[in-house]
Amino acid sequence: MTLADSIPTPTIDWFAMSPALTLLGASGICLLVAVLLPARARRIVSAWVVGAAFVGAFVFAAFLYDKSPHPEEVIANEVVRDRLGALTALIICGAGLASVGVSWRIRLRAHVAEYYALLAAAAGGMCFLVTATNLITLFLSLEWFSICLYVLCAIDVDVEGSLEAGLKYLVVGGFGSAVLLFGSALVYGATGEVGFSQIAQAISAKDLVHDPFVVAGLSMIIAGLGFKASAAPFHMWTPDVYEGAPTPVTGFMAAATKATALVLTLRLLTTAFPAEKQLWTIALAVIACTSLAVGNLAALVQRNVKRMLAYSSISQAGFMLIPIAAGNALGGRALLFYLIPYGAMSVAAFAVVAARERELGTAVTFDNIAGLGWERPFLGVALWVCMLGFAGLPLTGGFVGKFYAFSAAYDRGWIWLVIVGLVATAVSLYYYFGLVRAVYMRSPAGIGLAPAGGQPPRELALQTAVFGCLVVTVGSFFFVEPLIKLCRMAAESLGYPF
Amino acid sequence: MANGWLTDTLILLPLGGAIFIAIAPLPRLAAGLVALVLSLFEIAFWGGALSAFDYNVGASSIQLQDRATWFGELGISYHVGFAGFALWLVGMSVIVMTAAIAYAVWVGRDHARAYFASMLLLTAALVGVFAAQDYLLFYVFWEAMLIPLYVLVGVWGGPGRLRATLMFFIYTMAGSLLMLASIIVLGISHGSFDMTTPSAFDNSTWIFLGFMAAFVVKAPIFPFHGWLPEAYREAPAEVAGVLSGAVSKAAAYGFLYIAVIHFPGPTHDLRTPILVLAAIGLIYGSLLAFRAPDLRGVVAYSSLAQLGLITFGVFATNVAGLNGAVLQMVNHGLISAAMFMLAGLVELRTGTGRFDRLGGMAKGRPALATVLMTLGIIALAVPGSGAFAGEFLILTGVFTSGWGWSVVGAIAIVLAAMYMLRLISAVLHRSKGSAVPEGARDLRLAELGLLVPLVVLLVFLSAWPAAITDHTFGQTDQTPALTRLR
Repeated sequence: MTLADSIPTPTIDWFAMSPALTLLGASGICLLVAVLLPARARRIVSAWVVGAAFVGAFVFAAFLYDKSPHPEEVIANEVVRDRLGALTALIICGAGLASVGVSWRIRLRAHVAEYYALLAAAAGGMCFLVTATNLITLFLSLEWFSICLYVLCAIDVDVEGSLEAGLKYLVVGGFGSAVLLFGSALVYGATGEVGFSQIAQAISAKDLVHDPFVVAGLSMIIAGLGFKASAAPFHMWTPDVYEGAPTPVTGFMAAATKATALVLTLRLLTTAFPAEKQLWTIALAVIACTSLAVGNLAALVQRNVKRMLAYSSISQAGFMLIPIAAGNALGGRALLFYLIPYGAMSVAAFAVVAARERELGTAVTFDNIAGLGWERPFLGVALWVCMLGFAGLPLTGGFVGKFYAFSAAYDRGWIWLVIVGLVATAVSLYYYFGLVRAVYMRSPAGIGLAPAGGQPPRELALQTAVFGCLVVTVGSFFFVEPLIKLCRMAAESLGYPF
Repeated sequence: MANGWLTDTLILLPLGGAIFIAIAPLPRLAAGLVALVLSLFEIAFWGGALSAFDYNVGASSIQLQDRATWFGELGISYHVGFAGFALWLVGMSVIVMTAAIAYAVWVGRDHARAYFASMLLLTAALVGVFAAQDYLLFYVFWEAMLIPLYVLVGVWGGPGRLRATLMFFIYTMAGSLLMLASIIVLGISHGSFDMTTPSAFDNSTWIFLGFMAAFVVKAPIFPFHGWLPEAYREAPAEVAGVLSGAVSKAAAYGFLYIAVIHFPGPTHDLRTPILVLAAIGLIYGSLLAFRAPDLRGVVAYSSLAQLGLITFGVFATNVAGLNGAVLQMVNHGLISAAMFMLAGLVELRTGTGRFDRLGGMAKGRPALATVLMTLGIIALAVPGSGAFAGEFLILTGVFTSGWGWSVVGAIAIVLAAMYMLRLISAVLHRSKGSAVPEGARDLRLAELGLLVPLVVLLVFLSAWPAAITDHTFGQTDQTPALTRLR
C-alpha cells in the first residue's frame, strides 16, 4: 500500500473547471511564446492564442451552463458546478475577448506576451472564483486574479502613473484581502466550517445568528469584497488605479472584476449567511447609497475622462448592489442581467478612450475629446450609446438593468432605495451627458490632432470589439426575454433559501 | 389585432429610416431627401391608419392594436394601438415633423446624416408615445424623444445652446424619473404594466403625481417652464417648432390619456390646483408674450399660454372640454410649428428676430405678409377659425366647473389678440426696421411649399372643426372612457 492510496484523492470534474483551465493553458502558452518566439511575432501569436482561449472558454462555459441544470459541489466540495458560475464565466470571457481586441495595438515596449498571459490568467482566476463554494477556494482564487491584475496595472512602465497605479492597487488590494481573510477566520472560528452551505447549517444549528464573531466576520468579508467591487467607502484606490493602468486593462477590470466580485458577494451572502439576511441586506443598502453618493458627486467635477469613468464605475457598483441588497430572487436575476450590458458598456467606453489616447498620445480629458464625434463617427456613436447605457436611458440594456434593479428593491418593500437610485440617476446624467456634450457640441479648436501628420492607424480589432459590445448593449434592450431567462435559471441555482 | 401592422409601420418606418441614414454614406442633400420622402410615406401611412380606424365602435376603444411579449415575467409587452383622439395627434405630429424636415433640407443643415437621423428618430419616438399601451413602453418612447432632442438643440442650436440643452435636459429628466418611479410602483404592485387591463387603473395620488411631474415639465405648465424660453430661442427654428408644436402635445396627451382617463380619483381631487396653475400659466404666458422683445419669445410664451388653455380643456373632464382640447392641440401644433419656421425664415433674411430692428416687411413681400397674417389671425382665435372653435369648446367645458375659469380663458383670448397683432405689426408694418436689408427676399417657392400646406390644413380645420371633434370622444358623456370620471 503506497502513500497515494492511503490519502483519498477527490474525483476531479475537469469539465466544471474547463473555462478556467483553458485560460490558464493559454496563459502558459503565452509565457512560452515570450521566451521562444522572436520579438516581432510575440504580439500577434499571443493575442491570437489568448483570443482563441477566450472563445474556447466562452464555449465551454456555454456548454457548462447547458449541462448543469442542478448545482452540485464537485472536487471535494471545493467548487460548485452550476449555472450561476457558468453565466458569470460567459460575461468574464466576453469582456476578456473584447479586451483582447482593444489591446491589439497597445503600445508596450516589452512584455507583450506576458501582458496577454496575465490577462488570460486573471480571467481564469475570475472564472474559478465565481464557482468557489468555500472560504479557502474563495481566498485562493481571489488572490490568483488580484496578483495578475496588480502586475497588469503596472506593466506599462513608460506611463508615469502606471507603476503608481500598480503599487497603490497592490497595497490597498492587499489590505482588502487581509480584511477578507481575517473575516473568514472569524467565521471559521465561530462555526468551525469553511464551506458556504456548512456555515449556513452551523449558524442555524448552533444559533449563531447574533454571535459577535460571525457578525464581525461577516462584516469584514463584506468589506473585503467591497474593495474588489470598488464600492464606497472601499473605493479609494479606484480613481488612481483606473487612471494609471493601461486603458484596455482598466476596461477589463471595470467589467470583469466588478462582475466577479458582485456575483461572489451574491453567492456568498445567499448561501452562507441566509440567517443573517436582515443584517447584510441593510449593510449592502447602506454601501449602495454611499457608493451612489460618492461616485456620482465626485464624478461631477472630473475633467479626466478615465477618472470620470472610474467614479462612474463606483456609482454603478452602487446600482448593482441595490438588487443584492434587495435579497430576493428578482434581485438575483436583476444583478446578473445588469452585468451583461454593464460589462459591454465598460469595455466599449474604455476602448473609445484608449483609441483617443493612442491618437493624441496623452491622457484624454473633456477638453481634448472634443470633436471626436465628428472626426470618428463610429467611436463617437459608441461612446454616446455607452453613456446612454450607463445613465440607464432606453434603447440600451442599461435601462432594463436599472429597471430590474429598482423593481427588485421595490419588491423588497424598499421604495426609499428606489428613490435614492433615481436621484442618483438624475445626478449622473450631468456627467454622462457632459461627456456627450464634449464629444459632439464643443469645437475641437486648439488641439493638435495627429501631430505626426496623416491618418491615425485604423484600429480594426478595437472597432470590432467596440461593435460587439454595442450589439450586446443595444441587443440586451430588445431581447430581454431570452436573456432574463438565462439569468433566472442562473440565479435559481442559488436556491434562495429565504 | 386587425391592422396592427399599420401602427408598427408608423413606428418602425422612421426608426429604420434613422438607422439607414445614420449608416449609409449619403451626401447632404440625398440624406435630407431620403428623410423627407420617408416622412411623406409616414403621412401616407397615417392616412391609411385613419381610414382603417372605425370611429363608430366606441370612442374609447383602442384600435389598430399589436402586441408582442417583451419581458413576460413582469408583464411588460410591446403593446401598441391608438385611441381615436390619439390618431389626430399622430397626424399632426407627422405633418409637423415633415414640414420641419423639409425646412432643414431647404436651409441645409450641416452634419446632415446625424441631423436627419435624429429627426426621424424623434418622429418614431413621438408616434410611439401616442401609440404605447404599456406603461413601460410609454416611458421608453418618452425618454427616447429626449435623446434626439438633446443633440438637435445642442449641436445645431444658437450660441447659448449648451446652457439651453442643459436646462432642458435637467428639467425634463427630473420629471421623467419621477414618472419612472410611479411606473415601477404601479406595475410591480399590479403585476402588469399594460394600460388596457383593469388593474392598470389606480387611485393612488402619489403615483398620479409622479406621472404629472413628467407631463407638467414637458408641456410645460407654470411654474415648471424654466427651460422653455432658452430652449425655444436657442434651438434651430424648425426644432423649436417641433418642440412646441409636437413634443409639448405628448405631454398634453399624457394629461388626457394617462392622468385623466387612468387616474379618475386623483384627477377629481387635484383638479382645482391644476386648473389654478393652468390659469396662472395662461395669463402669465400671455402677458410675457405681449412683452417679449422678439419673434421667438412671443411664440414661446404663447405656447406656455396655449398649453395652459389645453390643460383647462383636459381637466374640465367633460366631453366639450376634451373635444376642444384635442382640437386645440392639433391647431396649436400646426400654428406654432409654422410660426417658428416663419420666425426662422425672417431671421435668415434679417439676422435677428428682435422687434425693435424689424418692421415694414410687408412692403414688396406679399407672400410673407399673407402667410404671417393668416397664421396670426387663426392663432388669435378670430371667430370662424379652428382655434376659435377649440377655445370655445374648452371654455364651454370648463364653464361647468365654475364660471370663473371661463372668464380667465376669455381674458386670455383677448391677450392673445394683443400679442399676435403686436407681432404682426412689428414684423410687417410700421417703418422699415434697421435689420431689414433692402434686398430681403419674399418667401420663395420652396418655403411656401412647406408653409402653405400647414396653413391650408388650418384653414380646413377652421371650415370643418367637426372633422376632429366628431371623431374623438363623441357627443355625450356616455362614452366608456368618460363614464369612470363621474
